Amino acid sequence: MGNPANAPLIDVDNLGVRLNTSRGPAQAVRGISFSLKRGETLGLVGESGCGKSVTALALMGLLPDNAVLGGSVRLDGRQLIKLSDADYCKLRGNRISMIFQEPMTALNPMHTIGQQVAEPLRRHKNYSAGQARTEAIALLDRVGLPDAAKRVDAYPHQFSGGQRQRVTIAMALACEPDLLIADEPTTALDVTIQGQILDLIADLVEERGMSMILISHDLGVIAENVERMMVMYGGTVVESGPTDEVFRRMGHPYTQGLFRARPRFGARKGTRLKTITGTVPELADLPSGCTFADRCPLVVDGCRAALPPVVEVGHGHGVRCIRTDVSMADRVGAVSA
Amino acid sequence: MSVFVLRRLVTLLATLVGASLIIFLVLDALPGNAAQMLMGADASPDAVRALTIKLGLDQPLTVRYLQWIKGMAVGDLGNSYVYGTPVAGLIAERLVLTIPLAIMSMLITVTLALAAGIYTAANHNKLGDVGVMSLTQVGIALPNFWFAILLILLFSVKLQWLSAGGFAGWDDGIWPGVKSLLLPAISLAVVQAAILARVTRSAVLEVLREDFVRTARAKGLGKREVLWSHVLRNAMIPVMTVMGLQFANLLAGTIVIENVFYLPGLGRLIFQSIANRDLIVVRNCVMLLAAMVVIVNFVVDVLYAFIDPRIKVHDL
Repeated sequence: MGNPANAPLIDVDNLGVRLNTSRGPAQAVRGISFSLKRGETLGLVGESGCGKSVTALALMGLLPDNAVLGGSVRLDGRQLIKLSDADYCKLRGNRISMIFQEPMTALNPMHTIGQQVAEPLRRHKNYSAGQARTEAIALLDRVGLPDAAKRVDAYPHQFSGGQRQRVTIAMALACEPDLLIADEPTTALDVTIQGQILDLIADLVEERGMSMILISHDLGVIAENVERMMVMYGGTVVESGPTDEVFRRMGHPYTQGLFRARPRFGARKGTRLKTITGTVPELADLPSGCTFADRCPLVVDGCRAALPPVVEVGHGHGVRCIRTDVSMADRVGAVSA
Repeated sequence: MSVFVLRRLVTLLATLVGASLIIFLVLDALPGNAAQMLMGADASPDAVRALTIKLGLDQPLTVRYLQWIKGMAVGDLGNSYVYGTPVAGLIAERLVLTIPLAIMSMLITVTLALAAGIYTAANHNKLGDVGVMSLTQVGIALPNFWFAILLILLFSVKLQWLSAGGFAGWDDGIWPGVKSLLLPAISLAVVQAAILARVTRSAVLEVLREDFVRTARAKGLGKREVLWSHVLRNAMIPVMTVMGLQFANLLAGTIVIENVFYLPGLGRLIFQSIANRDLIVVRNCVMLLAAMVVIVNFVVDVLYAFIDPRIKVHDL
């Protein structure tokens, strides 16, 4: 607001999050940097436990009290790290909104969906109860909830999972935020509903000129819905770039492994699904070097020495790997696991 | 009336019938003959037999049970063996004390428990939480009659603010009556409040971990607003369940506490009637206590449906 149109809406620089877990302090996220202009979309992809959701919650200022944040997060130039909760409350649901993974539990079972959609309007825009209700019906209608005017007074348990996710979307959009963070918005839904919800989100993002950060473990979802993507592993971004470019020339062995591990349509019956051997490292004891070293087919001693620097392999396409000369030597997927 | 309420009403009636059977049979199985007891050990067998017939104790079990039930339906509970006056009147006199005592005690319990429970949950693992929770631990361990004596020592003997016993009645207005019931109500409430505070705390903490709390925060609500507008109502179900159960404990507690404070209430009537083998009074008093407990829990069940929209719909 007030900034030139090409200034970043959100600018994240060297974001780090340390969580105090029962097993000791864990560096859940380190060295995350990106910036997003108004209307741009960014995807975060990675396995569970890679730090995607922690990153999202850090942007929302919703990490537990014992989390230690480092680096900088600026919204329209304003620093959000160490912002007081009261000030953050004025941004949440107003300028930054979030859609969560689990629509079955993300809504309060004791309040009607109308009340819940109206809540941010009442809070941030000082709408009267009547205004907020009218607006809530309009929003519910927009997100495709059938019979919105009649069902505005119904309770969450009276809706299906897909319908509830529509309600949470209406809630997130109520105050026309600048930035929408969607954390696995379709993971808990039936496959048939997933496409509809993603299309709805894409339409709304375009219609309202919002920026979006879409978090998913599903490369397909990322490929179809965002302009740029970041692949996360062990709390670091291992590869980032324009989505087309990354899919065309995957540089990091982890991205390549993730790509090979997706189930493929039309694969011959009996074909085994490819996997990445090993498991995600515990965040409490991450290796000092490349976090993927223990599972990487291309690992050399140098990988374990220090966190690899980001290598620019194309326009805006960075790979945090010292072996891009080998991993990108041939075509995509040249490396055999 | 919804199907939900009707169904609960049927359960309530069935429970009452079951309770009346058990009370009747247990008291009938007690050793000792009421007529013998009333006339003393020296009474002649003929006189005892005559009194037995007069009291109707020679009738078969089923006849006496049905007579009792019929009597309850029309409000005639028979006459006390000891006082010779109608039992219904005796009980009514005592309820004037015991019902206000129970209500006051419950109010104190709920106020203390909700305040402590919500405070500790909101300050989870902080100093205030640990402190208040330690206090509740002590509260649970307190025998209420002993705590009552401590209260008497402090407020009656030392400070002389409140009387150590007796009941002022309601004739001179509400305040003298409330004043004489204050210490007994507090003594009864302390243990219950300690238990209920812990239940409240864990219920609130559990709800605080729910996803919808994070959603509410993501909408821009502050921690306190989330607590009041989203968490408490969800946490009330387990709290109310325990409250309903505690009501039974509280009534049982009046038997001891009314004796400590020389209060002519229902608890003392039961105590004295047991000592006197005035079984007809005991039976009706116990039945009344059972009915109060069952009814309070029925009310709690119905309140569930008001608090939680899911219950109403599932049962319709």
